[in-house]
Amino acid sequence: MPFISNTDKERKEMLKEIGVEKFEDLLNSIPKKFLLKEPCNLEEPYSELEITRKISNLAAKNISTEKANSFLGGGIYDHFIPAAVDHIILRPEFHSAYTPYQAEVSQGTLQYIYEYQTMICELTGMEISNAGMYDGASAAAEAILMASRKTKNFKAVIAETINPLYLEVIKSYIEGVGIELVTIPKKKGLVDLDILKQKVDDETACVLLQTPNFFGNIEDAFAVEEITHTSKKTLFIVAVDPISLAVLNSPSEYNADIVVGEGQALGNAQNYGGPLFGFLACQLDLARTLPGRIVGATLDADGKRAYCLTLQVREQHIRRAKATSNICSNESLCNLAALAYMTLMGKDGLKEVAIQSTTKAHYLADEISKINGFSIAFDTPFFKEFVIKTPISAKEIIMKLKDKNIFPGIDLKQFGYENMLLIAVTEKKRKCDLDELLNSLKIFSR
Amino acid sequence: MAKTIFEKHSPGRKGYTLPANDVDISLSKCIPDKFQRKEEVKLPDVSELDVMRHFLELSHMNHCIEKGFYPLGSCTMKYNPKINETLVRDDGFMNLHPFQEEDTVQGALEILFELQKDLAEISGFANVTLQPVAGAHGEFTGLKIIRAYHKFKGNTHKKKIIFPDSAHGTNPASVILTGYEVVEIKSNDKGLVDIDDLKAHIDDETAGFMLTNPNTLGLFESQVEEIAEIIHSVDGLMYMDGANFNAIMGIVKPGENGFDIMHFNLHKTFATPHGGGGPGGGPIGVREDLLKFLPVPMIDKKDGKFFLDYSHKETSIGKVQSFFGNFAVNIKAYIYLKMLGPKGLRRVAENAVINANYIQKKLENHYYIPYKDIYCMHEFIASGKWQKDKYRIKTLDIAKRILDKGFHAPTIYFPLIVPEAMMIEPTETESKETLDEFINAMIEIAKECEETPELLKNAPLNTPVKRVDDTLAVRQLNVKFEW
Repeated sequence: MPFISNTDKERKEMLKEIGVEKFEDLLNSIPKKFLLKEPCNLEEPYSELEITRKISNLAAKNISTEKANSFLGGGIYDHFIPAAVDHIILRPEFHSAYTPYQAEVSQGTLQYIYEYQTMICELTGMEISNAGMYDGASAAAEAILMASRKTKNFKAVIAETINPLYLEVIKSYIEGVGIELVTIPKKKGLVDLDILKQKVDDETACVLLQTPNFFGNIEDAFAVEEITHTSKKTLFIVAVDPISLAVLNSPSEYNADIVVGEGQALGNAQNYGGPLFGFLACQLDLARTLPGRIVGATLDADGKRAYCLTLQVREQHIRRAKATSNICSNESLCNLAALAYMTLMGKDGLKEVAIQSTTKAHYLADEISKINGFSIAFDTPFFKEFVIKTPISAKEIIMKLKDKNIFPGIDLKQFGYENMLLIAVTEKKRKCDLDELLNSLKIFSR
Repeated sequence: MAKTIFEKHSPGRKGYTLPANDVDISLSKCIPDKFQRKEEVKLPDVSELDVMRHFLELSHMNHCIEKGFYPLGSCTMKYNPKINETLVRDDGFMNLHPFQEEDTVQGALEILFELQKDLAEISGFANVTLQPVAGAHGEFTGLKIIRAYHKFKGNTHKKKIIFPDSAHGTNPASVILTGYEVVEIKSNDKGLVDIDDLKAHIDDETAGFMLTNPNTLGLFESQVEEIAEIIHSVDGLMYMDGANFNAIMGIVKPGENGFDIMHFNLHKTFATPHGGGGPGGGPIGVREDLLKFLPVPMIDKKDGKFFLDYSHKETSIGKVQSFFGNFAVNIKAYIYLKMLGPKGLRRVAENAVINANYIQKKLENHYYIPYKDIYCMHEFIASGKWQKDKYRIKTLDIAKRILDKGFHAPTIYFPLIVPEAMMIEPTETESKETLDEFINAMIEIAKECEETPELLKNAPLNTPVKRVDDTLAVRQLNVKFEW
């Protein structure tokens, strides 16, 4: 039997020691009528060789972004990942370790989380980071819950320029606890500051802004902060692309109170959208409202530096109904991949990734705008992603280019925008890849 | 102690290579000055070798399954087959973008579709969503479905979710997150739900009941049918926390015995490694009439083609994760189920139960076993009560001494209803000789309590660090390295 060490003989010996004749005798607490008479209707077992063939065949039915020329983004990005990252996370000591509750045999995990927290704080300019959330969307949702707890207000103001998938997850999270959602429409690809001004008041728990926003545009976070903090209590939450922080303002420059984001771009593959991980960092005065695990440095009985989980009284296993969140399992190994990535890339590598992504995106945008019938949707600074207006439906372009294994971008029709394509560029694109997309778009020129 | 990576910084070192930028545009042309970062990000400059040595050094300070046994109750720390890791790393899975067109991801959708079906089959539910990424996330999703159900039926008066005092901490926390009130009821002297106390707390405001089965004491809740009848009589729904599903796979189908909703823990039962805390998976199964509330999209098949099904969008609770859950974790669960087959599935549960009963039997004269009238399922509770009463040794000390013997400690001080609790779950993958080694270590420790108590009070002694001061960690709160 696969993955079970004991033989039938050993099993019999154990049953004898327990004092029963057969396994079924151990089931005397289960009502008889519950017991299944037939085995479950599953396929007969595959051997390792057979399952390898089956799974490889299924994988071969997919077209990966390695095989295609992909410009898909919208929160999940195809950045380069150094080979060493996977070698690190595959170490069994990290891979199959439990949550580090027993600190003395978990110093490896605890120290990497501490180092991860340090780097997230460095990127975001915040004073404390937790050990990660499920994804960017749930991190944003939990940040709103934090703000509500802290301010005791039940109104969340959200710029509509945020990733619409975040908005959907946020709605799921805040519906039950009775937080009212006020969305601020966009104007020229950015949040409408005039309307924002009207909506923020002393009852507002937080303002949530994403920058670069869903369309890739860089929001004026300075202006949004000013409006947010006209109300004394209201907290400013910002969702960011961690790669962008190598070149764009640190959120501390515009006085953000809480910073969240999708961490996948840092050393994690796209994996068809999971696992991802969310980062969540804030200023120290909010520490006790944070959800999730936090690692702190301390000393052991010999007075040597050691690490352990800290501020645990916030968490569900201690506080139960009074916990700051229900989160238990998180995405720890993805955080390790992010740490390994940031460590390997260093400040220069991270900056180079950001610069190449943004300059290549700008080259592509400039050239697309020269094609008759195409234009750039918003005349405002953007980072590595931008929206184009297409002469025909975006869907038609996507379907036609698919046959050439080009994924030109995300059709924004599903989010209510006709004839618009969201195009993402990373450092992995060569000029020839960009030119291939350009040439293929020319077919649709009017 | 290992230096931090920041202390290994040597200016100018590099751990990466990238091709030169073949596009000639400057950053200042793209990004206005106002939006450019004022101070450079401070990250350590280290070489690839520095990085590998650093993480290897850290790894050596961790316990893990390949190193030794984890008798960790409610966590199901089984061995996870390596083939999973090889196969999920196929380019055709890793490098798929969630916004790709359906016909470029047919293989991925086929796996998800089949996994939905297989999980539904083994649990007795109509279908399963793979979107929740953790057990607590599954609880949250399930409770949202309970809300949606009551809203749909116009049950505006439903306010409360009931659960027993043996429940995982995530249960009450999830209840609060979904806006319900918590009602905790007692367990009886047999460790099962106290039906009288349940009846005393049930009323028209009861929205549902959460139950772990087998429960956190390792006991099968044999009155589940009666409980379901009581809950259903006020139109409440029965939610099963499936953390302990490993005990009953192929033996019982919860969906056929009173439960309406259940979550699975893929990182426990279905062989995804725990990863130091995650990623996991928390799919949930529901009965037929609740399908319309499941998160969007579901994965479905029509005319031989797999597709993302949003057709129930109007009644759905919406989304709990941006895409389709932890895809890579779901593939591992799929492979695992395919390799087990119908008989293997049951065999897993059988051996998990045998292993737990074997340890319990061998320890019953050395530690207080509060519930031993019936056989346990996949785990059992031992208590350090005797050691505390006689020698003033705390269970925490026993746990730390276990680390010295080369094992991970059991889950301690949980469930809350047993003083000095040690929750022991061996899983099916462990061999008899490993269990015997653990049993001997536990007996040795019981003896040490009597003869050399100071060994326990100072434990652990053989671990990478000595006992860690967690009160100091709170007092001085140092959560990032200053350099």
